[in-house]
Amino acid sequence: MTTWPILSVTTFLPLVGALIVYLSRGDDEAARRNSRWIALWTTLITFAVSVILVMRFDASNADFQFVEKANWLATGITYHMGVDGISLPLVILTTAIMPFCIIASWKAITNRVREYMMAFLILETLMIGTFSALDLVLFYLFFEGGLIPMFLIIGVWGGPRRVYASFKFFLYTLLGSVLMLLAIMALYWNGGTTDIPTLMHTAVPRSLQTWAWLAFFASFAVKMPMWPVHTWLPDAHVEAPTAGSVVLAAILLKMGGYGFLRFSLPMFPLASHDFAPLVFTLSAIAIIYTSLVALMQEDMKKLIAYSSVAHMGFVTMGIFAGTMQGVAGGVFQMISHGIVSGALFLCVGIVYDRMHTRDIAAYGGLVNRMPLYALTFMVFTMANVGLPGTSGFVGEFMTLLGTFKVSIPTAFFATFGVILSACYALWLYRKVVFGALVKPSLMSMKDLTFRECLTLFPLIALTILFGIYPKPVLDMSAASVQQLVNNYNTAVTAVKAAALLQ
Amino acid sequence: MSFETAGYQLAPVLPELVLAIGAMALLMLGAYRGQETTKTVTTLAVLLLIVVGVLEYMLPAGKQVTFGGSFIVDDFARFMKILALIGSAVTLVLSTEFLSDPSRRIFEYAILVLLSTLGMMVLISAGDLISLYLGLELMSLALYVVATSNRDNAKSTEAGLKYFVLGALSSGMLLYGSSLIYGFTGTVTFTGIAAAATVSNVGLVFGLVFLLAGLCFKVSAVPFHMWTPDVYEGAPTPVTAFFASAPKVAALAVFTRVTLTAFPGIVSQWQQILVFVAIASMALGSFAAIGQSNIKRLMAYSSIGHMGFALVGLAAGTVEGAQGVLMYIVIYVAMTLGSFSVILAMKRNGQPVEQISDFAGLSRTNPLLAFMFAMLLFSLAGIPPLAGFFAKWYVFVAAIKANLFTLAVVGVLTSVVGAYYYLSIVKTMYFDEPAGQVDPVRVEVRTVLAVAGLFNILFALFAGPVVSVASAAAKSLF
Repeated sequence: MTTWPILSVTTFLPLVGALIVYLSRGDDEAARRNSRWIALWTTLITFAVSVILVMRFDASNADFQFVEKANWLATGITYHMGVDGISLPLVILTTAIMPFCIIASWKAITNRVREYMMAFLILETLMIGTFSALDLVLFYLFFEGGLIPMFLIIGVWGGPRRVYASFKFFLYTLLGSVLMLLAIMALYWNGGTTDIPTLMHTAVPRSLQTWAWLAFFASFAVKMPMWPVHTWLPDAHVEAPTAGSVVLAAILLKMGGYGFLRFSLPMFPLASHDFAPLVFTLSAIAIIYTSLVALMQEDMKKLIAYSSVAHMGFVTMGIFAGTMQGVAGGVFQMISHGIVSGALFLCVGIVYDRMHTRDIAAYGGLVNRMPLYALTFMVFTMANVGLPGTSGFVGEFMTLLGTFKVSIPTAFFATFGVILSACYALWLYRKVVFGALVKPSLMSMKDLTFRECLTLFPLIALTILFGIYPKPVLDMSAASVQQLVNNYNTAVTAVKAAALLQ
Repeated sequence: MSFETAGYQLAPVLPELVLAIGAMALLMLGAYRGQETTKTVTTLAVLLLIVVGVLEYMLPAGKQVTFGGSFIVDDFARFMKILALIGSAVTLVLSTEFLSDPSRRIFEYAILVLLSTLGMMVLISAGDLISLYLGLELMSLALYVVATSNRDNAKSTEAGLKYFVLGALSSGMLLYGSSLIYGFTGTVTFTGIAAAATVSNVGLVFGLVFLLAGLCFKVSAVPFHMWTPDVYEGAPTPVTAFFASAPKVAALAVFTRVTLTAFPGIVSQWQQILVFVAIASMALGSFAAIGQSNIKRLMAYSSIGHMGFALVGLAAGTVEGAQGVLMYIVIYVAMTLGSFSVILAMKRNGQPVEQISDFAGLSRTNPLLAFMFAMLLFSLAGIPPLAGFFAKWYVFVAAIKANLFTLAVVGVLTSVVGAYYYLSIVKTMYFDEPAGQVDPVRVEVRTVLAVAGLFNILFALFAGPVVSVASAAAKSLF
């Protein structure tokens, strides 16, 4: 269909941009402006190219599209790229969020701008690659490679406890991932290849399924993050610069959910079925516990970080429900959370840039000085709560609906999360935006600048658009999700039938 | 007189002959012309190593055996020899500055490196226990002297002496083991031993243990690693770079050849030894390095850990395992030479600095140097997409195939611990405030760093051909 490798171009364009930034030498103001503009244009062009992917994508086809294959290491380990209805939305999410990150860093980052932009562009390549790799080794390369730029982003441009946060982030994630690496090796010897589409149709013995599932789970649960291995996330979020938090919440967390959808469910259906109660329990605990923890936070970013863990709980719950609504809801919730949590971190970044504190207690009555900001923040708070009419509602509703068919107690407890999220989100909003403007330091606060409007208004539009008309995302993923759910149910039913016959 | 007596051709040893005669000729040159020839001798030695490497590459393909089976040239030997030659040549290049100091103009340095390299080549091609011992001693004796080449420095002298005493002990163990093996099998050739050692008996296992202990000493695997940190720290930095690269290649090569070709009948016996040694080395290399403040000592513990990883591949005892060892050592040599060229580049006011705290803020005073070193450190930690990841992939994939799951799990977990101290150096370079300017980097150090660094960063692009060469070399052992 295509004559040029459009997917590889999308993936590696940011890397080319990083090289151009590197070549633009100098450390004066002009050089800094150059690197900002180059980075912005690179991310915009990458986004434009990824839009071509959407236009040429055949949503009725459940298989991988835009497939590229080339020899790489040896037989069985190839350079294999492609996207389907599950990965394409995440690719678009990545390319769409990145320009906002660059714009959000425009004024906030003043030292080592060149390196900062390079780190972000390299990170973009690695993130797109993670979602479009169709070979396990290639996937691991992109998946783990992302640690290096993120480590530097948190460590170099982060807050006061950046060293602790960056180490925790790096080592936690690495620890989970090395176990997955061993499982990848075991799958390689089992199937003779690391080609993902082939492995999806390769039978994996029951015992290997169990071990491999656990190993993959170790990696994705940390990345997601699921309770109780979520503790790196609040630290990383608090210390990272605004754009780093946005990328972390909007895209990096989605790698865990994507991993479950791409590997755990299709490759180890039986183990997934066996372990579903475990995932349900952890998800329900995550939703309730981290929501309660969020209620107690004094730091705005930390509060949103804990709410992210709770919202990711809905995703894992929906995915492992294994029903059409659950899985589709999980995909939708990931996209919605990507937009909403990214926007919330941008909102925090805006007041942080003015006041240089994230203490909730330091704010209050912002609505008097910043009406536009108050409006924006409200939309995203409502979306975070899951108010009908915002994208947050659709994802939570669908995952709950999907889970209800499989496990009523899980759905029951998870629903409390909806109430609790209203508690902490509205509490945060009231403390920061409403009340009397008494603190003298806040008197001179200025409302949103044009640049800040530019980052937030498109996200408002998307939040509301997907809230009332979620069809574009759901349609894009429908065929692939249907195939995934069918294969999963077939495998599980076959084993149950065999067990009955004995 | 004909050299073509059956079984005793000289053609396969041509590269070694050229190296031996060349080394002698350079020795004569130095002896008659005195110390001012140091530079000439070093340059000629590098050229000689390159010529020998080309000769080795041009030897006819396939397996050739000469001297009645005690000297083997196969794809494996060629691969390892060329790698060792590259390691020696690069370290000689890196030594230029060290040797340019008027008080240290010692032309013998290059000669000793050449003789040591000759020993390595004999060691790599060893087909029986006698040539193994000859090669090992030739290599080691030259190394002992090189370690003390900064003879007015107490630490350097101490390093050499320590290395010599412990080295002699290990040679003794190796000899004792060899004699036991000879006694219980009645032969010294590896093929003969393989034919005789089909079932294990106590005497043979005793001999095997002593033999492996001697070899473990040379690759600095736990529990025979004690000399490594002291020698690495005490020896002059270019010498340390040499110790960390070429001799490791040779020792690992002979380790692989002995275990796989002489004792394939009693795999289970040496496999458990190797599993223990690998786990102990990986664990010690990771945990003990955390507390180090001297970068050379840290690199010593790092190399202990890396040898443990390489032995993971060997413990598998399969073709994949041998391929893993080959991949590991290639990438290890590149990473090590790159890291040591960074350490050599670190000078303030003409004085080398070796403390990790001296690297503080390097990313601002010398961004390119810091970037290259950071990438090398991430690679040593095994983070993709850098070369170090592929090294770990190939050894662990072999261990998984051989069902050595415990070994693999412990291995990857220690690699996470190891990542901590590599990250600490990155942290010092990138997150901390600068500790002052560093001197401009010399051109030869820059060149080595650029080549090693690019190899490390771009390895994923040309990994395919390297893998197929390593695969062919590994198959030649079986």
